[in-house]
Amino acid sequence: MITRADVEHVAALARLGLTDDEIQRMVGQLNSILEAVGVLADVDTSMVGPTAQVIPLENVMRDDVARPAMPRDVALANVPLRDGDHVRVPVVLEEGR
Amino acid sequence: MAATAAPVLPLADRTIGEVIDQLAAGAVSAVDLTRVCLDRIARDGQRLNTFLAVRDEAALADAEAADRARAAGDRRPLLGVPYALKDIFVTRALDDNGETIPGGLPTTAGSRILEGYRSPYAGSAEERLGAAGAILLGKTNCDEFAMGSSNENSAYGPVRNPWDETTVPGGSSGGSSAAVAGGEAFFALGTDTGGSIRQPASLSGIVGMKPTYGRVSRYGMVAFASSLDQCGPLGRSVRDVATVLGAVAGHDPRDSTSVDVPVPDYLATLEDGVQGLRLGVPREYFVRGMEPGVERSVRMAIEVLAGLGAEIVDVSLPSTDKGLATYYIIGPAEASANLARYDGVKFGLSAGDDDLLENYLQTRGAGFGPEVKRRIMLGTYALSAGYYDAYYVKAQQVRTLIKAEFDRVLTDVDALLAPTSPSVAFKIGAKVEDPLLMYLNDACTLPVNIAGLPGISVPCGLSEGLPVGLQVIGRAFDEPMVLRIAAAYEAAAGFAALRPPTAVG
Repeated sequence: MITRADVEHVAALARLGLTDDEIQRMVGQLNSILEAVGVLADVDTSMVGPTAQVIPLENVMRDDVARPAMPRDVALANVPLRDGDHVRVPVVLEEGR
Repeated sequence: MAATAAPVLPLADRTIGEVIDQLAAGAVSAVDLTRVCLDRIARDGQRLNTFLAVRDEAALADAEAADRARAAGDRRPLLGVPYALKDIFVTRALDDNGETIPGGLPTTAGSRILEGYRSPYAGSAEERLGAAGAILLGKTNCDEFAMGSSNENSAYGPVRNPWDETTVPGGSSGGSSAAVAGGEAFFALGTDTGGSIRQPASLSGIVGMKPTYGRVSRYGMVAFASSLDQCGPLGRSVRDVATVLGAVAGHDPRDSTSVDVPVPDYLATLEDGVQGLRLGVPREYFVRGMEPGVERSVRMAIEVLAGLGAEIVDVSLPSTDKGLATYYIIGPAEASANLARYDGVKFGLSAGDDDLLENYLQTRGAGFGPEVKRRIMLGTYALSAGYYDAYYVKAQQVRTLIKAEFDRVLTDVDALLAPTSPSVAFKIGAKVEDPLLMYLNDACTLPVNIAGLPGISVPCGLSEGLPVGLQVIGRAFDEPMVLRIAAAYEAAAGFAALRPPTAVG
């Protein structure tokens, strides 16, 4: 059973701000979905390897060739907070914090 | 003008196959085709909520250029044919100075978090269809980040089904399917992660194909679940879908999962028929809860193929009932990782808070809708410490079993026949309160994504006045076989000319 505390913990891991009402609904919905996916526990997979992808490709490499990069103004055009030629970000590491 | 298969239909409702002949004969122009689509969009688009962005003047200018090119001898396969792109495909909207290109369209993925996003580059879909001469009309509505089976999860409102405007068109490519069904575009591209092309094609009475994983480039497709997502066409005939697939398929070095195998001529084998083919009917696909009218139509379609000379074989895919659970672990797990990029810093919505963590929480809390949040939560939970092996690794192991069952059965039969969706179009609002009930819409389509195989939905009649789809599933990269079976059925069954009520006037 997933509890309210579990939902809050997972929301924090996912960096997802949820309202009280959303947390409440999520507890019920996640429990019913997890109950449904619980059928997987009945499958004997003791001799079965995992499949992450289905195509017969691995280690796709390309030649290391220099190519023109996206112009700076184009790359910055969708940035929500721009400071001159830079992306403005909230402080990540701050002394004394 | 040469006689066409359905001369009574308005121009907007004809197939690509028909209008290409008319273009070649000089009976219609690309401008004519573009105008009838734009007229239909003007008449029905807002009510059905099919398009999120339309480029009218720019599309007409492209059509004029296509007509000039044709006059000069240009014979590219889709020259002058107007189409729509699901708004999950980026379309270049910025020039090299970062200024908006006239006629450039935003890309939203049906989400508030990308509202107003203008892509600085063109995706493979826009590039390849442009190179084939097709004319982009606009971007179609879809479930947010392609997560949904009814198009009700779009942040920009639900789409209405032109067959019955109180019902959903299916999803997540619901704007694309409704636009093609309703004569607002001659074809559209969608994406299919668990059925998002085939199920809306089925509910909207058109043809929709999910190619083999790796067959079509995903470059420029907003990612949902990277090991399951695939791009494919929606059209009004199997031939149309084959034509469009030929234009978009092929290796692309910008997508490391696109496979470098030659693209066959999909039209060359289209009319080879089904005489002597062995077609399997997996008994597990006639699931409990399937509508009797759907089962009846699909069983009759199988009889039609038997009558055409195919040998029908009862087969078993015993892990089918584990598909839903497998999908709803793997899909959300991959989604939770892919959607981490929406951080309120690099692009898209930002809460603008000075505190890093607060900015993440507020931006993502405000920007994502309920279904996207649910899947991020489910995926994050399945990947979190203590649950990773029980859920994520377990689902990947069951994926191995599901794929092995398909591979084994498909060595014995040439392809599989199944329903596309257990139901016809349902009422808007009927399933929104119950996520699990909604997820069951894809029970017959999502195992195909888990195994990475090609699948098509082709109309196989009406139940209670609404379209039903027959699904044909094939071996990896055996799209020619899938298309050939669908085309044989379509030609024999005569449902290809069915159009929704909106088409008559």
